[in-house]
Amino acid sequence: MKFKSLTVGSVLALSMATMGQAERGSDGHVNVIYWQAPSILNPYLSAGTKDVEASSLVVEPLGRYDQDGALVPYLVDEIPTVANGGVSEDLTSITWKLKEGLKWSDGTPVTSADVKFTADYCMHPEGGCAQASFFDGVVSVEEIDELTTKITFNQPKPNPYGPFMGGQSPVLQAAQFADCLGAKAPECTDANFNPVGTGPFRVKDFRPNDVIQMEANPHYRDAAKPAFATLTLKGGGDAAAAGRAVLETGEFDYAWNLQLAPDVIAKMAEGGKGKPIAAFGSLVERLEMNLTDPSPELDADTRATTKAPHPILSDLKVRKALSMAIDRELLVEVGYGQAGRPTCNLVPAPKVFASPNTDCMTQDIEGAKALLEEAGWTDTDGDGVRDRDGKKLALLYQTSTNAVRQDFQALIKQWWSEIGVETELRNIDASVFFGGDPGSPDTFQKFYADVEMYANNFNGTDPQQYLAAYRCGGEPKPESQWQGENINRFCDPAYDAMIDKLANTGDLNERGKLGIQMNEMLTKETYTIVPLVDRGRVSAHSNTLGGVVLNTWDSELWNAADWYRTE
Amino acid sequence: MTDQSATPKSFEPVPTAPPRSQWADVWRQFRRHKGALFGGGFLLFITLAVLIGPYLWTVDPQKLNIRFKDIRPIYTALWDGDAKVNWAHPLGSDNLGRDILANLLSGGRASMAVGWAAMVISVVIGTVIGVVAGFFKRLDGLFMRFTDLVLSLPILPLLLVAVTLFRQPLRKNFGPETGMFILIVAIIGITSWMQTARIVRGEVLALKEREFVLAARSIGTKPFKIITRHLLPNVLSPIMVSATLGLATAIITESALSFLGVGFPSDFPTWGKLLSDAVPRMEEFPERVVLPGLMISLTVLSVNYIGDGLRDALDPRIRGR
Repeated sequence: MKFKSLTVGSVLALSMATMGQAERGSDGHVNVIYWQAPSILNPYLSAGTKDVEASSLVVEPLGRYDQDGALVPYLVDEIPTVANGGVSEDLTSITWKLKEGLKWSDGTPVTSADVKFTADYCMHPEGGCAQASFFDGVVSVEEIDELTTKITFNQPKPNPYGPFMGGQSPVLQAAQFADCLGAKAPECTDANFNPVGTGPFRVKDFRPNDVIQMEANPHYRDAAKPAFATLTLKGGGDAAAAGRAVLETGEFDYAWNLQLAPDVIAKMAEGGKGKPIAAFGSLVERLEMNLTDPSPELDADTRATTKAPHPILSDLKVRKALSMAIDRELLVEVGYGQAGRPTCNLVPAPKVFASPNTDCMTQDIEGAKALLEEAGWTDTDGDGVRDRDGKKLALLYQTSTNAVRQDFQALIKQWWSEIGVETELRNIDASVFFGGDPGSPDTFQKFYADVEMYANNFNGTDPQQYLAAYRCGGEPKPESQWQGENINRFCDPAYDAMIDKLANTGDLNERGKLGIQMNEMLTKETYTIVPLVDRGRVSAHSNTLGGVVLNTWDSELWNAADWYRTE
Repeated sequence: MTDQSATPKSFEPVPTAPPRSQWADVWRQFRRHKGALFGGGFLLFITLAVLIGPYLWTVDPQKLNIRFKDIRPIYTALWDGDAKVNWAHPLGSDNLGRDILANLLSGGRASMAVGWAAMVISVVIGTVIGVVAGFFKRLDGLFMRFTDLVLSLPILPLLLVAVTLFRQPLRKNFGPETGMFILIVAIIGITSWMQTARIVRGEVLALKEREFVLAARSIGTKPFKIITRHLLPNVLSPIMVSATLGLATAIITESALSFLGVGFPSDFPTWGKLLSDAVPRMEEFPERVVLPGLMISLTVLSVNYIGDGLRDALDPRIRGR
């Protein structure tokens, strides 16, 4: 199936037009490959990066972050600030004014009612919005007039750019989603698969977990853009196939997130059809410790929820020992090379928020063993696996299917076996793992495993929302259709207090200090999250695709409207 | 009468050679088939290798040793003097320093075990269904329509669904590796018996109208006895042939599953897994793809040849030609 569509893609790619970006649609067709296939085009219902990024071609936020993390107006003329009066002096409200004459892809005007509706949609109490943390502290969203929306917060927000800023929080069309509020949200298949948007492209045909056909949005605000008349976003396969399709065969123009071993990418780049591009952002490959019991013996309403604490990992000493056994330098060398660096932090950048914490850098097998002994885990039956009260220290460690991740799994399993921890490895197809389908037992949100590994980052330069995700009650649970961002089910009132304090602090240095403190609370103090590698994002584009700017602070497809064909 | 009995005997030709048993005939015919002989030899070799090999080559296949990663097989030194080779890893090591020889041996164990077990299941089911459908007219329609039904099930999607549904309970009861083994074997077994059933039914339909069955029936032999005594030995040859083909299919299906990443845990080597892990570095380290691929191909090929030879050898009409 994959190869069939590859050939179709290459035939289409031949229909390239001549140079220039003067006219909309003049450059023909562009092929994008995401080896994780998008399963939905509504970022409010899936936190998966592939879904958010695919949606970003269609639905747009009011403003985005550029490659340096600076704010760029999209659906507005300027980013509201205190200086231009858009943000109130006391930092409790922000007023966005839409561009005049903006139209949805169906030709109807974009109004502040849509903005307000989107906020209601995500903040609906029964909804389980995947991006709820962006709306943290929002008290009200008012329509001042046709184009002006005022968002009021419950307290001063030094960083008021949560809602409607960045690819994860776009504006939806009120008319289309009007009947999709709350628990009905996942049922609106038409709207979720084919959202009306303001972006450069609109959906022609969407096959979940497979391929999306798009065409230029005839009502896009810049009459000269996008340069491409049609776009195919092919999903699925694996990172190696995606890399080859761009770098070696040239069948695709853009490949997202080439998480491949460094030697493999270098070898592919010798193919000469395209080039890999890399940039460092806030993407951290980490181990997530499950603080709740994922045992299949529990019933569905209790399993992996806060009702049942984890029998092994609830103990800080065990979590710390697991982290101490890992040699991060070696992981980087094996998996990422130049495109990675070892880290102990959840927030590795920007500088003001990056903790100097390096306590995890040196591997300490003996220390880890001692710690486990201290926690009461001893090998009483001499089989090499520690036990306590007849229970073995055995963990299920899951991640998505990816060669580098499987190498990491093998290495980490080996280190853990050295300290007497038995590990069972599991890998799940990435489209399912990150798919967010509440019906599947294999999603990272459900976390039916003890430890899981993946990478995540935050959009923009301020980690407030990212850190706010670990609020008590924000965990995925049956009542919220297994949506939520507090994957570890972490809950600490002191941490919640710090979230609120961060939300009230205006001075950047103070914010930095708080951010560092919160980061350390999650990492070196509790080992709830065990960061492994600060990953540079590596993507690739073909030599004939121009205008690509790799952005680690927002969707990679943030400037797809500016892409063009070079000859 | 007693003295007369000796006289006619002297007119009969005296057998000079001891009587040949049927199996000796089969063996003689089988030996004439060169391919089958090679196939049999290779299968015996590979089975022994994966059974005994891990005791002789005691390197742990899952043991990582980063310092000895990316070692080439020893034979590359023949044409490339600078190649990184090491006698500690005669067939080289992978990118995490796992020994390839050890992986091939223990991977073969898993693949062969899946193949044999699934084959036995499918042959047993297929034979039972085929014989019953062919022998008892009343059950024929029912059983054969059921066979058609199962025949129309696509095996890979079915496996993917089954993996999602049954992985957890099996894992809980039997552990991750045994649980997965049971699941894979069961699914392959219960989705590949249909060809056997159809062939066996056809043979039984023809056989049961033959005189010797009629004779057996007329002296009051019970149906079960007729089946075991007269029918089964006569349908043995198609069963054997489809069994060998089944073994090959099962190994390939398991490889496909491992290749898709839904089979055994990622650190449990099977031939299919080794193959799929090696694909990204195929150009620099072709041996990592070629060796397990060769193992799969040769095993399947040899099994097919054995099947071919057995068919010739077991059929008395072909025998001797």
